[in-house]
Amino acid sequence: MLKQPTPETASLVHKRVSDPLPVQIFLIGLMLLFFIGFIFLPLGLVFAQAFQKGWSVYLESITESYAVEALKLTLTTVAIVVPLNAFFGVTAAWAITKFNFVGKAALKTLLDLPFAVSPVIAGLIFVLLVGSRIPFGSWLGEHGIKIIFSTPGIVIATLFVTFPFVVRELIPLMEAQGRDEEEAALTLGARGWQIFAKITLPNISWGLLYGMILCGARSIGEFGAVSVVSGHIRGQTNTVPLHVEILYSEYNFAASFAVASILVFLALLTVGLKVTMEKKFQKNSSHH
Amino acid sequence: MGIELQDITKKFGSYTAIDDISLNVASGELVALLGPSGCGKTTLLRIIAGLELPDAGKIILENKDTTNLPPRKKNVGFVFQHYALFRRMTVFENVAFGLTVLPHKERPSRTEIRDRVEHLLKMVQMEWALKRYPSQLSGGQRQRVALARALAVNPKVLLLDEPFSALDAKVRQELRRWLRKLHDEIHVTSIFVTHDQEEALELADRIVVINKGKIEQQGTPQEVYDHPANAFVYNFLGNVNVFHGRIHNGKVTLGSHRVDAPDELKHSEEKPSRTFVRPHEIGISRIRSSDTDLTGTIKEVRLMGGQIGLNLECEGFEHPIEAEIPRDLYINLQLSRGEKVFVSLNRVKVFTGDYAI
Repeated sequence: MLKQPTPETASLVHKRVSDPLPVQIFLIGLMLLFFIGFIFLPLGLVFAQAFQKGWSVYLESITESYAVEALKLTLTTVAIVVPLNAFFGVTAAWAITKFNFVGKAALKTLLDLPFAVSPVIAGLIFVLLVGSRIPFGSWLGEHGIKIIFSTPGIVIATLFVTFPFVVRELIPLMEAQGRDEEEAALTLGARGWQIFAKITLPNISWGLLYGMILCGARSIGEFGAVSVVSGHIRGQTNTVPLHVEILYSEYNFAASFAVASILVFLALLTVGLKVTMEKKFQKNSSHH
Repeated sequence: MGIELQDITKKFGSYTAIDDISLNVASGELVALLGPSGCGKTTLLRIIAGLELPDAGKIILENKDTTNLPPRKKNVGFVFQHYALFRRMTVFENVAFGLTVLPHKERPSRTEIRDRVEHLLKMVQMEWALKRYPSQLSGGQRQRVALARALAVNPKVLLLDEPFSALDAKVRQELRRWLRKLHDEIHVTSIFVTHDQEEALELADRIVVINKGKIEQQGTPQEVYDHPANAFVYNFLGNVNVFHGRIHNGKVTLGSHRVDAPDELKHSEEKPSRTFVRPHEIGISRIRSSDTDLTGTIKEVRLMGGQIGLNLECEGFEHPIEAEIPRDLYINLQLSRGEKVFVSLNRVKVFTGDYAI
């Protein structure tokens, strides 16, 4: 005979399948401590420092022309980098998942290189590549194309550092989806671009958006590689993170943290976007 | 002629998937490519559709050489094993896809597309699901939508890759009969690939048995079943008992017994033979009716729906013999485990080739 479990037996069953209470408390407590120590406290401090000298100083710091220029440069970089990396990412993921070619495994490993290499080294590589020590660099110089210490350099360095986000998001997704739908479209008379626009792109849209958000977040905050190629020219080649650093090294703490708070806002915005995306993404994939 | 394949060969590296296959399919015919997995049948289907290119040979569809045409110009309807419905599109959009991607000049008007899609969905009994997404449908329903989608472009040839393999047994049977009926109505030249002999026997006008990239035999289900060309075909088309023995002086040895060899082997020289008997072609009786009957003991009784499966240990035979008898007979004879019975091998098939099974 089956009996309805009484509250006691129910809680017994519950206890048996989960960890002992002290372990639970310990782990949750540890996690909370981590969050407080590494996220909430520093975040609070940023705002406390930013508003240390009051609203007027805060507003002045973030509306001052160098800060505005820095923000413009950062947003311009993001606006160029994200679409380009979306394009490169889709192309690379497409090539890797839909075709077989020699060196595919090697290419797949190399895709992670930008994550493995220190951003500062990445920046230095570009300085060397387009610097006047190398024929290519001097050729660029002779034709008046300036890359280092100017916006193109910042864009290229950011492109390199943030390249893996989109492609790493897409490869597992496209591998899981296989080629069946594309082949079906092919037998139904669709051309290559129709297949891409009507089948492939809609199937990867959420993953692509998600990768682009991560790529954007990293582009906003990138410091190391950009620091090497930018030259820190105020009002010209200073991105927001670089501007924060300069203000800080000038002991202008209130202004430095005020500008940093912009980065915090942008970060919170992307995290918010990411959470919404994740929810939609999960809904969509559980749907299928 | 609906489909003509001439000397098709396809290799993947050093592995020969299709080994010089030629095959004709008449217009309006429904043909089954039957074979074990890895025999090359799906590859052959993909070659006809243009999804793989053959290394050698020609594909002629409706008297037109299509060997080097891209898939979209072949006008072939392909139903994939896992349906491959477009997950981001509704059932309507799925079925309409082949029409909406046509170049502007050839594309039917919106209302024409709508009418055609609705007609097709009615035909596959899915008209109620117009606005559903594939994820909201069951396997059998997806299969029917995939079929409607393939038929939307008026294909000259319909190709189905293991159309029922992903469905459960009951749905599989229903859909099988339904597809046969549909084919009788629309008469599009069709090839389907299967590893299930029952499916092939029930559904096809003609069966092509393939093994290791070669055709073993082709013919109507009746011909292939009753007159298998070789041991492989016989074995693949159903359950069998195999007896290894020798053929000598017009007699075949079966265990310690000797039976008359079939006419075509009457005057064969002495050589090893294998004799096949299907379980349902074995007679079970309480009375000895002929002196060739074997005596056996029932070791195991299995309920198999309408049939009863018996595992028999027969005198003079090393291995047990499997028999299937109707349930009525089983009840009438009041059989049970451990009983002694007389066993007659009603239809034996003897092969002398050295075909390995």
